[in-house]
Amino acid sequence: MEFIETLISGLSMGSTYAMIALGYTMVYGIAKMLNFAHGDIIMVGGYMIFVTMTAIGNPILGLIAAVLFCMLLGVTIEKVAYKPLRGASPLAVLITAIGMSYLLQSTAQMIFGSAPKMVIVADFGNLQLGELKIPIYTLITLGCSFVIMIALSLFIKYTKVGRAMIAVSEDKGAAQLMGINVNGIITITFAIGSALAAFAGFFMLMKSPSLSNTLGAMPGIKAFTAAVIGGIGSIPGAMVGGVLMGVVEAFSLNVSAIAPYTDAIEFLILIIILLVKPTGILGKVRREKV
Amino acid sequence: MLKLGNAKLKHYINYIAIAIVTLVFGGISLSGSLPFSTINLLEKIAISIILATSLSMVVGFLGELSLGHAGFMCLGAYIGGKASCLLEPVFGNSIVSLIISLIVGGTVAAVFGIIIGLPALRLKGDYLAIVTLAFGEIVRTVFMNSSSESFGGSLGLSTPRYDKKYLFIIAFVLVIICLAVIQNFIRSKHGRAITSIRDNEIAARATGINVTKYKLSVFTISSLFAGIAGVLYSYSNYRVQSVNFDYNYSIEILVMVVLGGMGSINGAIIAATLITYLDTTLQTVLTGNLAVLQDLFYALILIILVIYNNAPSLKTFRTTHNLKSILNKFSKHDPSHRRDDEAKWDRVPTKIEMNEVLSVDIQPTSSTLNPDKKEGK
Repeated sequence: MEFIETLISGLSMGSTYAMIALGYTMVYGIAKMLNFAHGDIIMVGGYMIFVTMTAIGNPILGLIAAVLFCMLLGVTIEKVAYKPLRGASPLAVLITAIGMSYLLQSTAQMIFGSAPKMVIVADFGNLQLGELKIPIYTLITLGCSFVIMIALSLFIKYTKVGRAMIAVSEDKGAAQLMGINVNGIITITFAIGSALAAFAGFFMLMKSPSLSNTLGAMPGIKAFTAAVIGGIGSIPGAMVGGVLMGVVEAFSLNVSAIAPYTDAIEFLILIIILLVKPTGILGKVRREKV
Repeated sequence: MLKLGNAKLKHYINYIAIAIVTLVFGGISLSGSLPFSTINLLEKIAISIILATSLSMVVGFLGELSLGHAGFMCLGAYIGGKASCLLEPVFGNSIVSLIISLIVGGTVAAVFGIIIGLPALRLKGDYLAIVTLAFGEIVRTVFMNSSSESFGGSLGLSTPRYDKKYLFIIAFVLVIICLAVIQNFIRSKHGRAITSIRDNEIAARATGINVTKYKLSVFTISSLFAGIAGVLYSYSNYRVQSVNFDYNYSIEILVMVVLGGMGSINGAIIAATLITYLDTTLQTVLTGNLAVLQDLFYALILIILVIYNNAPSLKTFRTTHNLKSILNKFSKHDPSHRRDDEAKWDRVPTKIEMNEVLSVDIQPTSSTLNPDKKEGK
């Protein structure tokens, strides 16, 4: 029984990680950059939910506001900080992204203070199935993220914009010659990634109501790790990696002897995967072309 | 004669400056009239200089990003601090135990540098950044959860403190050793190999440079010095606590490197001094919620400086408005009359466009498809 409970909580945590990892992997696939500020967009989404909830009191409206605001923020960050550096060395882009992450964190701390805020989105209680006790929020998280991931996969596979995204990630120059607006596609990618981050922020607040300016930092790093484990640039890889990460976390948190070392274990998995299979579980090997 | 002197002086100016600072403050300290806060600041500055110059080697010269510099420092601080605790009954709190702990702490950090660098540096892209970040977190978690007998757990490891009157002198001697190692390495043929890897890895590989070996050696030297800085930290404080070596500290070291200018050792030294000084002064000025202004300032430094220095659209503005061209307007020195053998060691020019080197286009890449750059071959 405990096994199933842990598994479900792991799957729910994992699907949150998968949502964040999708943002990382899509941006990496299309803009070829590691968006370090992605984790902090979760935090901004969380604060947006907090602001709307204190003003109106409706969590659904809060989620909508957070999604819209994060999309706007993601696109703005891309236009202001990353676009001028297109064509510059990857190191420069990476450092700017780190600076952006730092900027978001310190701005949030300046506006909302360093004390954590309590945001109780909704209390759904538990579902009792015989001996099995499952918190309802885990089921909501699982269901929502499942729907979102299916929708995203269909969007990428069957719409014109989605096909254009695949084209840009394969070969930017060729895509441009085929009449695809590469800048527009990159903007859309950042918007989608940020919207997913806002959803992840909502799920995280459902799990624990404490909100501070470092809410997104650690989950962001873990989700990136998940994206690398699954194969960076691959959308199914991000999902697999995220779920794997969540399940590992849930089970190691459940064993009291190794519980304090949970973070260390997750990062150790990353280092081992990079040693054994550097492209990740579902990543493709790309030949370097001169 | 002056010119010849200038060329030589340029190479050794940083050693001379640091030696003079050390002698002046050392003299005041031995006479016993140096305030405690100044001694503390000098120790912190020396530690920051070692950290910034060693990180500058990886970020500025090799072109890889390490976000775990604080993690290596943490390793050095704990291992070196533990060694000094164990050595105290044998040698007392003497220079012998200090040197042994420096060696032990530095070596352990360097060994972990190899272990971490080996998987990450074989891969292209941003993997080193994320693996070093993960490593820093692992080190912190492990020391945080250690038993109180081994490494003190969450309370931290209490370490013997060296005589405050002399520690900063030793620290500055170590800074000079660190500079000597790093500068000579960078100015040697190995250094030129490293800058060529930064500028074009494929071309470097094609000329027969063992890329992984060089990357690994740079990363190992850098983590060695981070470990040494950690041991110094453990000697200048009563307690080593893993909370102090978090991700934000790694970023602070990165800010020093970026502010000093990528690929400039002297810049890193100046920026390390400046930021450490600002840190300690701002700590008393900015309290409570205002403390966050400091982080905001660092973030803006990172973003603005990197965009200004790297944005392709600002290239012409940079070349016409940089400090050198402004200075040239005032001085009689004509830059077009440069001696052929005048080697520029500060920045080894190895930037070559790929499509200038190789005449064979096997696969059209994005740059050759760009209609503006279409070359007529």
